[in-house]
Amino acid sequence: MTAAPTDMPLLDVTHLSKSFPARQRFLRRDAADIRAVNDVSFAIDRGETLGVVGESGCGKTTMGRSILRLIEPTSGSVVFDGIDVATLHGSALRKMRRRMQVVFQDPFSSLNPRMTVGAAVREGILIHHLAEGREADKRVKVLFEEVGLNPAYASRYPHEFSGGQRQRIGVARALSVEPEMIVCDEPVSALDVSVQAQVINLLQDLQRDRGLTYLFIAHDLSVVQHIADRVAVMYLGRIVEIASSYDLYSNPIMPYTQALLSAVPRPKPGRQTARIVLQGEPPSPANPPPGCVFYPRCSHPLKDQDCTRVVPPLEEKTPTHFAACIKQPTTMAAR
Amino acid sequence: MATGVIVVMVIIALLAPLIAPSDPIAQPDIIGLKNLAPSLGHPFGTDSYSRDILSRCIYGARISLTVAALATAIAVTFGTLYGAIAGFVGGAVDTVLMRFVDAALAIPRVLLLIAILALWNGLPLWLLIVVLGATGWFGLSRMVRAQVLSLRELDFVAAARAVGATGPRILLRHILPNVLPTVIVAATLGIGHVIILEAGLSYLGLGVQPPSASWGSIIQDGADQIGTAWWISLFPGLLIVTTAIACNSLGDALRAAFDPRESAVMMAELDA
Repeated sequence: MTAAPTDMPLLDVTHLSKSFPARQRFLRRDAADIRAVNDVSFAIDRGETLGVVGESGCGKTTMGRSILRLIEPTSGSVVFDGIDVATLHGSALRKMRRRMQVVFQDPFSSLNPRMTVGAAVREGILIHHLAEGREADKRVKVLFEEVGLNPAYASRYPHEFSGGQRQRIGVARALSVEPEMIVCDEPVSALDVSVQAQVINLLQDLQRDRGLTYLFIAHDLSVVQHIADRVAVMYLGRIVEIASSYDLYSNPIMPYTQALLSAVPRPKPGRQTARIVLQGEPPSPANPPPGCVFYPRCSHPLKDQDCTRVVPPLEEKTPTHFAACIKQPTTMAAR
Repeated sequence: MATGVIVVMVIIALLAPLIAPSDPIAQPDIIGLKNLAPSLGHPFGTDSYSRDILSRCIYGARISLTVAALATAIAVTFGTLYGAIAGFVGGAVDTVLMRFVDAALAIPRVLLLIAILALWNGLPLWLLIVVLGATGWFGLSRMVRAQVLSLRELDFVAAARAVGATGPRILLRHILPNVLPTVIVAATLGIGHVIILEAGLSYLGLGVQPPSASWGSIIQDGADQIGTAWWISLFPGLLIVTTAIACNSLGDALRAAFDPRESAVMMAELDA
């Protein structure tokens, strides 16, 4: 999209992990911690959109929230514009949060039912002293217009709005503090398809007008293909493949990505590729398989015992195309 | 309707000296006017000391309602803050605060009250209010804590944190307003409950001290003669029941009014 003003990425995540302690039973501590996010590293350039896809429970949301420090990461670093977010506290953290915002998946729980939507959008403006009194009201109006809502609706309560409208309010709230980056945590998965398109177009317009950077988390592969410049695929808390949107969709390397993409319905029946059906459930993140986490479900023709010994590193297989698989890539057509 | 009943009760209590037909503690003729059945001169009858029950009930409203309202106000304010802090801060603070509540709830409230109140001889009214308030917040604090625990996980709280809201701001602006319906319902139920509790304590001689009257103590005055002079206990009893029911219905109405969604539904029903 827009050219990066510096060589440094806007967001640089290295070795980020988040584990949740397993429930302790009386006098017993046999269960291992649940590793929701496991040693994740990636970077996003200014003005870029990085899509993150993966099935339910793979750690996408936890990763997004750890970056924002809505959840405390267990280890790793999150460097935003040269500042390590993980070490910030108090007012420095609040200042940083102004620059990184979030749009949530559930348009119903993401708005306080007892606060007018105008007050919800104004809150951040007041907290950061961006404007006071009537000036703040004016800003709220402008924001409402920017996200395609009638400014007169500002005095209404959330329950008076549809899901799509609520999501627009969520976007307006995120924009209220003039962020540089927005973590979109499945912003359209709770919406009707027609409304999804509207919200996606809104997000793209805003990116163009304001030069925003997006971390776009979703499980809908076509939505991500549409909006993202680059795409990361997550499985069981790890990033298993990351590449430009075009590369990833046209030439997936990791067997898991291939299986995911084969599940996307194609509009032209004749071009339907063979569907790779994964066997079984993803393993528990409390007890991940040794070596490659995808090994038990992998359909790679060369898979062998080596896969259970080494955790495959994210390697650059072709320029800017990284995948975590120690075997020779096969194409989808080859199987 | 419920509001009407409560307003009438409060007006009666405020204007007691103007409304009451006679002095509530005067004993005009302890032999001739003793235990008179309800009549035009004494609509609620008289008690064994020849006192006018209607006047005693009117003055009793002052004490019963004041004690109930103030004790509930204390209990609700404290219980809400206590539960909200326990739920919002969490961790060790939560554990310590809630184990104390568990311990307090393990003791029956009446027993606790008797034990505390028996320490005083001739109890001042304000102390009765404080003690009733201080023993009435345990259950509410638990409810508030449970609600805060679930509310603080919702996305709008995360969103508020993301735009830079501090802990106290989130608690006051985002969480407590959402706990309000519970608190209001608990408060109105509490008022009815405290009226009954105070009546029970007065019955045991631990509440309002004679000769001043509360509804509960008037019931107690007539308890020995319920077979022969039923009017002594019946009328204050009816007042207690009416007020308690009115408080409960008012609580429901208030809850609906405070909930923007429910009030919208009510408006829609009115339109239809």
